[in-house]
Amino acid sequence: MPHDLPDHPHAHLPPDPALRVKALETILTAKGLVDPAALEEIIDTYQNRIGPQNGARVVARAWRDPAFKAALLADADPVLAELGYYGRQGEHMVVVENTPQRHNMIVCTLCSCYPWPLLGIPPGWYKSDAYRARAVREPRKVLAEFGVALPPETAVRVWDSTAEVRYLVLPMRPKGTEGLDEAALAALVSRDSMIGTALPAAPGQAQP
Amino acid sequence: MTRVHDMGGRFGDGPVRPEAADAPVFAQDWHGRALAVTLACGALGQWNIDVSRHARERLSPGDYSRFSYYEKWIAALADLLVETGVLSEADLQGKGTAELHALAGRALQAQDVAAALARGGPAARDGGPAPRFSPGQAVRTRRPAENVLMPGGHTRLPRYAAGACGQILRLHGSHVLPDSNAHGLGEAPEPLYAVRFAASQLWAHPEHPDDEVVLDLWQSYLEPL
Repeated sequence: MPHDLPDHPHAHLPPDPALRVKALETILTAKGLVDPAALEEIIDTYQNRIGPQNGARVVARAWRDPAFKAALLADADPVLAELGYYGRQGEHMVVVENTPQRHNMIVCTLCSCYPWPLLGIPPGWYKSDAYRARAVREPRKVLAEFGVALPPETAVRVWDSTAEVRYLVLPMRPKGTEGLDEAALAALVSRDSMIGTALPAAPGQAQP
Repeated sequence: MTRVHDMGGRFGDGPVRPEAADAPVFAQDWHGRALAVTLACGALGQWNIDVSRHARERLSPGDYSRFSYYEKWIAALADLLVETGVLSEADLQGKGTAELHALAGRALQAQDVAAALARGGPAARDGGPAPRFSPGQAVRTRRPAENVLMPGGHTRLPRYAAGACGQILRLHGSHVLPDSNAHGLGEAPEPLYAVRFAASQLWAHPEHPDDEVVLDLWQSYLEPL
């Protein structure tokens, strides 16, 4: 595979990004290499069907069911497969549990690796240079920018997703949620709490 | 030495700006199109995920820094399509032909999207060398953090973790080696480990004495201590 070229072919496409994508799509469609209906299907999948509600359901179940939680933490893939959460960018999942002693936080410093089947497409901030650069060096300052302050007895463990393993944080169950069913618990679990940049909402609080 | 994408630990980027939980998945319509076109082209089978990552990393540092996220994707995709001979530069200039392409039979169809996404691209493989390290063992990472098979090639050892001492946390099994797979040198699977490093191993001014960073690292990136 060639790797450094004197001139990058992409420079032939129009400078405006929307036109650039459109131009490439038009060329590919004309040659039968891309089916516009397949593009719509991909967009619809990630826009409307796969998202953080999947991960929230897993977290809520783990909070309610100790055997499920133990299996999930020991070997997540078969447990998630049973719920239908597998596939692209979630082929090898590891779930890491927050405790009073340890807070987990996920980043990908080299690109933007993220557990798509459980959380969908990553938010803009996750893909930003600021998050990628700083999460590993000063996670507590980054957490403060999300409004999270950890007590000094809690250590931070940052997971840099450098391989095809994808990580999901299992946040601590909020107090006062003893009687809640799975759906009510899932409603407390924000996307960011499963990345480790937020804590789950307390009952009656809006999700951060 | 390294490339522009390898930014872990870098100073000067300013605050992280979280967006609202209900912000749209694709901030602009073309973001979704860029993602979909990239995935659909991947299904043509002319490259693997490591080649595709390396194509983004090979954007010039100026382009990489200037481009927004999906602009990087589209630029790298255009480059890859030309490099692999799927399209010509004339095609990108709008001077190509509109005849059916030899690969058209492989184009991803709408009814196959769900199955293709569900299949994904598992990186675990049977075989490869036996694990050399076990959980708890002390290791040191390669320094400099460079691809040893290909000058300037793709690697997943970030610069900030080069030459650092850590401890094996867990073995993930044998996984395709990106340093090889990104360059057509075969999958060369190796044991992959989660390795934990004290923040004080990586940074001159760690925020807290107990903080750690964990990276997934291949066996050939590591040596015993």
